[in-house]
Amino acid sequence: MEQITGRALILAASAIGAGLAMIAGIGPGIGQGYAAGKGAEGVGRQPEAQGDILRTMLLGAAVAETTGIYALVIALVLLFANPLLNLL
Amino acid sequence: MESGFGPRIIWDSGVTVPGLDFLGTFKVTETVLVTWIIMLVLVVFSIMATKKLEKVPGKLQMVLEILVGAINNLTKQTMGEDKMAFAPYMGTLLIFLAVSNILGLFAIRPPTADLNTTLGLALITFVLIHVNGTKRKGVGGYLKGFAEPVFFMLPINLISEIATPISLGFRLFGNIIGGFIIMSLVYNALGGLSGMLFGPSALPIFQTGLPAVLHVYFDLFAGILQSFIFTMLTMVYISMAMD
Repeated sequence: MEQITGRALILAASAIGAGLAMIAGIGPGIGQGYAAGKGAEGVGRQPEAQGDILRTMLLGAAVAETTGIYALVIALVLLFANPLLNLL
Repeated sequence: MESGFGPRIIWDSGVTVPGLDFLGTFKVTETVLVTWIIMLVLVVFSIMATKKLEKVPGKLQMVLEILVGAINNLTKQTMGEDKMAFAPYMGTLLIFLAVSNILGLFAIRPPTADLNTTLGLALITFVLIHVNGTKRKGVGGYLKGFAEPVFFMLPINLISEIATPISLGFRLFGNIIGGFIIMSLVYNALGGLSGMLFGPSALPIFQTGLPAVLHVYFDLFAGILQSFIFTMLTMVYISMAMD
């Protein structure tokens, strides 16, 4: 049987880790959907305030997105700039 | 970094800072070059466009007046009448970020796809928040604001203050680099597909058409939205520290 090198093991584990990190994408999905739904409700109730509601909703959606972006950055670091390989 | 998605290095001066050799040599990356080009274009355009201002505005002056009015209005609504002095900075930030995010349309790597740019802008916001907060409330009053509502909240408040520029910088960076990487993956896949069907030397014909839809979303929509959000959050954080 072929030997598994430490480098190959780290690369494989990092790929799995990057995939697992992106599970965090569920959170922003739920949060932004909630914000958009409430925004639509608000516009339906008060169509003249559409501009204000849109701005507030976008701001809230952007803040809700933060955790997803952190997960994306971690996944990118694991894939492209892996710090673990230098520890070998 | 092996395959790497960092910006290309255009020129390596080979000069190191004495005593800080571990930082490596001074390099001019694609980010720096494109940022300077954007700055040059914006400055030259601003000077040329405002050279001949007339009482009855022409077409260009009309567009510029609408833009400046919109930015002033946004600042007034978000920050309040007393903080209108921030409008020029916010307008500059908005226009710079919008132009640099859109550059992906022209197959140029956006400067905001580099953490150095976004984190630098976020640090400017961080300094603005605390300097203006201290100016408005005085040193003692501002520092006391961190220990509210009860004293043991102090460490949590401090951590959230430090998290502000980090989340601001990473949000813009993550959005733009995510779109950039997806675009390059799609271009590679389509090039590979046409290579498989028509031989490796054929024109990558599938690269026309489909990426245009993705460009509209990732570069135009997400780019302008993210620059708007960065500016809005900067305004909100500064006015929160001052009120």
